[in-house]
Amino acid sequence: MMQFFAMGGFAMYVWPAYAVFFIVLAWDWFSPALRRRRITRALRGRIARERTRNTRATRAEAPT
Amino acid sequence: MVTAVQPIANSTPVAPTTDQRSSGTLRACAALLRRDFTLAWRRRGELFLPLLYAVIVAALFPFALGPDPELLGRIAGGVLLVIVVLAMLPALESMFRSDLEDGTLEQWLLAPQPLALLALTRVIAHWLTTVLPLIIVMPLLGALLNLPVKVLPVLMLTLLLATPLLVLLGAVLSALAAGARRSGILVALMLLPLAVPVVIFAAGAIAAAQSGMPYVAPLTWLAAALVLAIVLAPLACAAALRIAVEA
Amino acid sequence: MSRSYLPHWMHWLGSPPNFYRFAGALRPWLIAAALVCAAIGLYGGLVLAPPDFRQGDAYRIIFIHVPSAWMSLFIYACMAVTGLVALVWRVKLAEVIAMECAPIGAAFTLITLATGSLWGRPMWGTWWTWGARLTSELVLFFLYLGVIGLYNAFEDRRRGARAASLLALVGIVNLPIVHYSVVWWNTLHQGSTVDWLHLSQSSIAPSMLWPLLVMTLATHLYFFASILGRARTGLLSLEGGKQWVRSLVTETSR
Repeated sequence: MMQFFAMGGFAMYVWPAYAVFFIVLAWDWFSPALRRRRITRALRGRIARERTRNTRATRAEAPT
Repeated sequence: MVTAVQPIANSTPVAPTTDQRSSGTLRACAALLRRDFTLAWRRRGELFLPLLYAVIVAALFPFALGPDPELLGRIAGGVLLVIVVLAMLPALESMFRSDLEDGTLEQWLLAPQPLALLALTRVIAHWLTTVLPLIIVMPLLGALLNLPVKVLPVLMLTLLLATPLLVLLGAVLSALAAGARRSGILVALMLLPLAVPVVIFAAGAIAAAQSGMPYVAPLTWLAAALVLAIVLAPLACAAALRIAVEA
Repeated sequence: MSRSYLPHWMHWLGSPPNFYRFAGALRPWLIAAALVCAAIGLYGGLVLAPPDFRQGDAYRIIFIHVPSAWMSLFIYACMAVTGLVALVWRVKLAEVIAMECAPIGAAFTLITLATGSLWGRPMWGTWWTWGARLTSELVLFFLYLGVIGLYNAFEDRRRGARAASLLALVGIVNLPIVHYSVVWWNTLHQGSTVDWLHLSQSSIAPSMLWPLLVMTLATHLYFFASILGRARTGLLSLEGGKQWVRSLVTETSR
């Protein structure tokens, strides 16, 4: 097992290379999820604001 | 504020003959050239800025590397090439910007003359007003950096072929970036990949001349690329301008 | 209608809500397949394959370096093709896919440069040489950055997508020119022509080849999974005002 991690003396080159591979791809995979959460949150806020504005507008119109 | 001379000079109401139409196109291009030269002349102070920049950078190199004439002579060709490319960059960015802002580009799109030809005219005007002065001062900068005398003509010839090519490529990118909010470093970032082959062949010609080898082959490649770019780049530029103007 | 000769399923898939559901259904399968392939490929490459008789264990970087390099070119081609579709037919979905390709391509190009550097250091004693492949890869990286930068510089994102698509098409003409000019440049300056991979490419043993091919499959599957997810997110932000997005957002909140 130790022999596997030693990589024949090249451990300090092989493992960082694999680390770069997985870290960069993990960034690529998770960054859209964060962006998506931001978008849905903004959209929900907008919809909620519009809804209150609409109900207020109908209430104001009602007496006339 | 300078009043813009309209590029559309004569669009006759009756169907024009081919001869009339081609002469109209030529007259429109001439009008556009005249307008660009007028504008450049009224802001002639700005035309000196790239020159000043080139002189400053060329003067800094001996301070950074030491005044050894042999070392300076060896690197002068490449250094001057890079200086010219860098000094061209700021002006490239604003090639179409003011025209987009004041609505001239919309007139270009509506004009009966082909948009690509108008773009090519703009490229020619831009090269004559901002890049040609840089090439003219090259002997002076070459003297500052101890450029060998036999290399100077090759350097000038290389620049005469390479800079129009770079302006043509830069025009496409400038047209692409014209509709963007901010494009300061963007045009430089986009130009780098396109400029790599041009710089390689230009530097190859200069290095060959410096070591007394035949330098015609890289220059021929540059000339071929220039011919190709004169045909293709205005078309790409026109497509980019359409994207910038159309909603 | 200029698109009428396209097959029916393309019309169906080109509609954003349909694509959104389709991509959402397909994505988990793709990423699962990518992970399984990566596990098999890495086990084959890191454990089963014997050390190279000349490079020792350092060659094992090949199993991520070469697939990433292939992906960097493949994704650029995908971006250019969808960009062309976006420019000619103005399909909104094509614009989104072309623009979402760019970050993934840039990621794979970055991986290629970093792993190549980590491989070159023990093998040739240098982090970087100006060989043809390396320089082309670096130029490719700048092309990706240019596309991303141009797209993000626009207020109107559909216009930004079209401008950046045109830049991608200019870049695809430029890329072979860069490659051959750098080859020519390297023959001019003899001595710096250390090209990575040349040693290992001469003849590759089957025990090393199959993990490489499985890893290539894994990266392709990963790319398709990633682009589907990114395109979904892109569509969501682009179609924010449309009814299908609104009902989708309000449904998932409850």
